[in-house]
Amino acid sequence: MKTNRRLLSIPYGIFLALFVVFPLIVIIYYAFTDQTGAPSLQNLFHFFTSSNHVGTLVYSLSIAITTTLVCLILGYPLAYILARSKRPGVQIILLLIVMPMWINFTLRITALKEILTLVEGNLSFHPYLNTVIGMTYDFLPFMILPMYNSLAKLDESLIEAAHDLGAGAFGTFIKVILPLSVPGIISGIVMVFLPSMTNYVVLDMLYNKTYIMGSLIGAYFNAYDWHNGSMISLILLALIVLITIFSNRYGEEDEKGGAVLNAKNN
Amino acid sequence: MQKIIKSSFVAIMLLVLYLPILILALYSFTTSGNIGTIHGFSLHNYITLFTTPELRAMIFGTILLALGSAVLATILGTLGAIGSHYGKGLGTRSISVMNQIPVVNADVVTGFSICIFVIVVLGVDKESYIPLVLGHTVLSAPFVYLSVIPKLKQMDESLYEAARDLGASPIYALFKVVIPQIASGILSGFMMAITLSLDDYFIATYTKPATFDTISTYVVNATKGSQTDIKTALWALSTIIFLLVILLVVGSNVISNKKEATGGSGVEE
Repeated sequence: MKTNRRLLSIPYGIFLALFVVFPLIVIIYYAFTDQTGAPSLQNLFHFFTSSNHVGTLVYSLSIAITTTLVCLILGYPLAYILARSKRPGVQIILLLIVMPMWINFTLRITALKEILTLVEGNLSFHPYLNTVIGMTYDFLPFMILPMYNSLAKLDESLIEAAHDLGAGAFGTFIKVILPLSVPGIISGIVMVFLPSMTNYVVLDMLYNKTYIMGSLIGAYFNAYDWHNGSMISLILLALIVLITIFSNRYGEEDEKGGAVLNAKNN
Repeated sequence: MQKIIKSSFVAIMLLVLYLPILILALYSFTTSGNIGTIHGFSLHNYITLFTTPELRAMIFGTILLALGSAVLATILGTLGAIGSHYGKGLGTRSISVMNQIPVVNADVVTGFSICIFVIVVLGVDKESYIPLVLGHTVLSAPFVYLSVIPKLKQMDESLYEAARDLGASPIYALFKVVIPQIASGILSGFMMAITLSLDDYFIATYTKPATFDTISTYVVNATKGSQTDIKTALWALSTIIFLLVILLVVGSNVISNKKEATGGSGVEE
């Protein structure tokens, strides 16, 4: 009888194997073959010997690190205030923070673009700044939610104990609250960092002509160069695996289902 | 003093999050082609939005795609979750591992890899919409799975046993006992799937038929063009979506509050 129900997962298992695992295998195959189909490392060498490509990697990392830092600096105080607040409106404010994510992100970036154009006149003067603003605007809720969850779970008695033992407000924050919220911070970082490296639509829409890693895949795709496109995907994939291992070790436990469920985008 | 600083910080952050959307909403009701100068009140953006065939096709196409892929994703993900819940061993474990891949993967990579496999290797025609629907199902089914699994863990197993002891067939018991108990998880997974599909750009751009556009791919192309009419009609679209989201959020909160008040169960957080 129990075996019956176990069989229900077969269609999904086949589906995942066919359309999640197989495509990745194909990517690996294409990444390590040349145009004639012969095994080759030329795509890998091409990436790491091309100063353009290495520059793109550095530029993506720079954008991603800056965006993540800005989100952290803006998001942590907000998550902290909301998590420590005893006022009844907190749930509504959280909802207000999540709500924009249900509006298509290209429409949100359009809105932001109009405002930035009004303020700056010409967007092409500040491509880096605009990109960071755009990505922060797009991804900030992903940073706030896991940090809020982490801070809201915090055991009140630990803070009281710190006060009783003579720690000041600052000492309590540094020694108790901050370390205990690290899993939330890590999860937030993971959720912001990766999209900031790959979401090239934000750059495109804000007239930033510089490539990030995602744009390279788009460019190779448009040039019908599956081999180099696959290599870029594979390099990103390797980075994703590293980040996932890191976040599984140090990140918020139930975040993998929880916040990701509430907040996944591009 | 501290309280004032805290409250104003929260207020400023919310204002920043909403200001662009609200300003766009305001201008969508005018004849202005640019933000900054307000001309007269007008509904012409809304009229353009619903009378331009290309815009209508794009909106309805996006909705249809979201519904279709969400239904597929919900069926696959739910069955997968139920099966895995009762299963042990390698098969079950590999499903939960494979399920994580699209969740953590960058959408560019997911879209590109599906395109290469389904369109280039298998030779499925883009114009058949199959790669696109498949792509969106891959994107959202894992989230359905993830939202159903916790409900299965909370489920009272003895009810199923009781139904079976009382003579219900496994299928009957599944539909009458198991599914109702995990319905809230299935529903939130379904909503999630719709949201993901509506918001997606990357999977669509790599797998869609050449002449078909979703809201995302359309908006991105429109920003490259210089048609003011289309641009401002998209402001109207953004405003409508914003209003719908508010309506949905307020509506679902009223419903869940009512349920709470009457002691109903299955209230989503």
